Amino acid sequence: MKDGIIEVRDLVKTFSLEDVQVHALKGLSLTIRRGEYVSIMGTSGSGKSTLMNILGCLDHPTSGTYLLDGTAVSGLNRTQLAGIRNEKIGFVFQGFNLLSRTTALENVELPLLYDRRHRIGNPKKAAEEALVRVGLGERLKHEPNQLSGGQQQRVAIARALVTQPSIILADEPTGNLDSRTTQEILALFQKVNADGMTLVMVTHDPDVARYAERIVELRDGLVLRDEAVIDRCKAVLELPPAAKENLS
Amino acid sequence: MKWQSLIKVALMSLLRNPMRSLLTMLGMIIGVGSVIALVALGEGSQKDIQGQISSLGTNLLIVMPGSSQMGGVRGGSGSLGTLSMADVETLRKNGRLFRGVSPEIRVQAQIIAGASNWNSMVMGVAPEYLDIRNYQVASGNFFGEREVKSRAKVAVIGQTVARELFPGEDPVGARIRIRNVPFLVTGVLSSKGQSAMGSDQDDIILAPSTSVLYRLGDGKTVRSINVSAVSEKDMEAAKSEIITLLRGQHRLAPGEDDDFRIRDQTEIIQMATSVTGTMTLLLSSVAGVSLLVGGIGIMNIMLVSVTERTREIGIRLAIGARPLDVLVQFLIEAAILSIFGGAVGILTGLGTAWGLGSLLGVSSVINPLMIVVAVLFTAVVGVFFGFYPARKASNLHPIDALRYE
Repeated sequence: MKDGIIEVRDLVKTFSLEDVQVHALKGLSLTIRRGEYVSIMGTSGSGKSTLMNILGCLDHPTSGTYLLDGTAVSGLNRTQLAGIRNEKIGFVFQGFNLLSRTTALENVELPLLYDRRHRIGNPKKAAEEALVRVGLGERLKHEPNQLSGGQQQRVAIARALVTQPSIILADEPTGNLDSRTTQEILALFQKVNADGMTLVMVTHDPDVARYAERIVELRDGLVLRDEAVIDRCKAVLELPPAAKENLS
Repeated sequence: MKWQSLIKVALMSLLRNPMRSLLTMLGMIIGVGSVIALVALGEGSQKDIQGQISSLGTNLLIVMPGSSQMGGVRGGSGSLGTLSMADVETLRKNGRLFRGVSPEIRVQAQIIAGASNWNSMVMGVAPEYLDIRNYQVASGNFFGEREVKSRAKVAVIGQTVARELFPGEDPVGARIRIRNVPFLVTGVLSSKGQSAMGSDQDDIILAPSTSVLYRLGDGKTVRSINVSAVSEKDMEAAKSEIITLLRGQHRLAPGEDDDFRIRDQTEIIQMATSVTGTMTLLLSSVAGVSLLVGGIGIMNIMLVSVTERTREIGIRLAIGARPLDVLVQFLIEAAILSIFGGAVGILTGLGTAWGLGSLLGVSSVINPLMIVVAVLFTAVVGVFFGFYPARKASNLHPIDALRYE
């Protein structure tokens, strides 16, 4: 398939728990194109977390190939994987995973400090711009415990954006948020996607999944269903006017 | 990651737990501080003792009579009355390497001055004795050759004798009776304090050698002859010159044993130095153990810190920190703890050395080399004890670390 930013072929992941072999992925293949917004759904045990970890270069597949933005990731060592994560992947987690007692600005700046190639000249300025982009231009100096859940998640999104990655992986990004903040985050994702960023979002919530343009549903380590969303929701339309301004 | 940001990150995470960082450093502070203080005090007291010993006299050689042997019964050191005033004259006339020669005739006697009395040591000496033994006259005058020749009944008394016999008065010009012989006090010596062996060097009366020998003593026994060599490097040559001269004077045939012995201070200094050296070594090894304990404290805290910050490590790994970055970060944290602790420890140690030194009346010697060693040692301790926890942190798997609660 043309312009695939993620191409996985025959992905197998087997865990050995004592004597039992658990097959989390059983030869899964998937292609995600540049600029796509994909939801990965599935019940627990379907293999979606395992897939996410492999896509995020946090884990090695047992067998199969993984091409991320033209790079064969399967054969890389820990240090090389760290470089790939730093340059090509932005993570958004369910639990936000910000450094505590560290300001929003410093949290966003953090991945740039680990950039060996110093692709971005002025980390501080880039971090500031990323925070403005997610609507937190006024809260640069706030620490995580001074921010609401939605704000913390937006800091996390800014941290994912700041390295100009090839792809953003979001693992249950709205799992810890109320419905109103969920809308805000989903609207932000749609805006980031509209700007051209490839997004992969793992969720178990069908309502949340419908904000993407394509849903991939897993079951027992294989793709059960892979289809475009027909009645796609526009999150920004459901927001109250005040919240819309943040995203303009 | 750049060095500046690594150090900044390490500092920030240490400052997040200021109390803990401080307590961890305390182990290092106490360790380094006690090593510095003890070594400074040890070297100081070594210097003090050397100073005390050389205050006995400069380049001093003491000629003692040999031991007697009569029918298999050996007397103690000095039991042979082999030294005489003639020996003193020989050494004084023929010696080329001597700055001063003085006999020492000792009489322990009761001294009476008016209504008070005191038992002290009366020493019959030559005028050079003052210089040989490093005594100084505080008031009045010392006697000269003329008084020696005329067996004059003059005496110069030490501070202790002056205090006991003439409390609150000026003894110069007063009369004292030594074994019922009246002597005129012409001067008072300045205080020399205790000798290295603990005897009071101020409890002494100096009088012309002849006066003591013939008026108070038995007229022949010279207890010892004090000789000072012209310089320290001539000590050995001066020693052999004494041997040659005295053997000639005593008409000893070649092969016959010397009937006198020569003592110098080097052996005393060596002994005292080795004693204080052993003490310093002992005390600093105890202090070194506390340094080790301080290092283990750092390792302990770093391990706790790694466990506590597992999630943080997971986040860092996820967003692209390489294992090496994490390793270096924790190593730097450990190094900062130990270096800061070491720096404060050096200051504390110097302060303690100074304070204790002035409290105990011991001088403290600050050896710059010691400070360099202490700094290097703390850095090594930090890296050594920081390595295991840092290694543990960098080996964490990002998925496990992120899931850690």
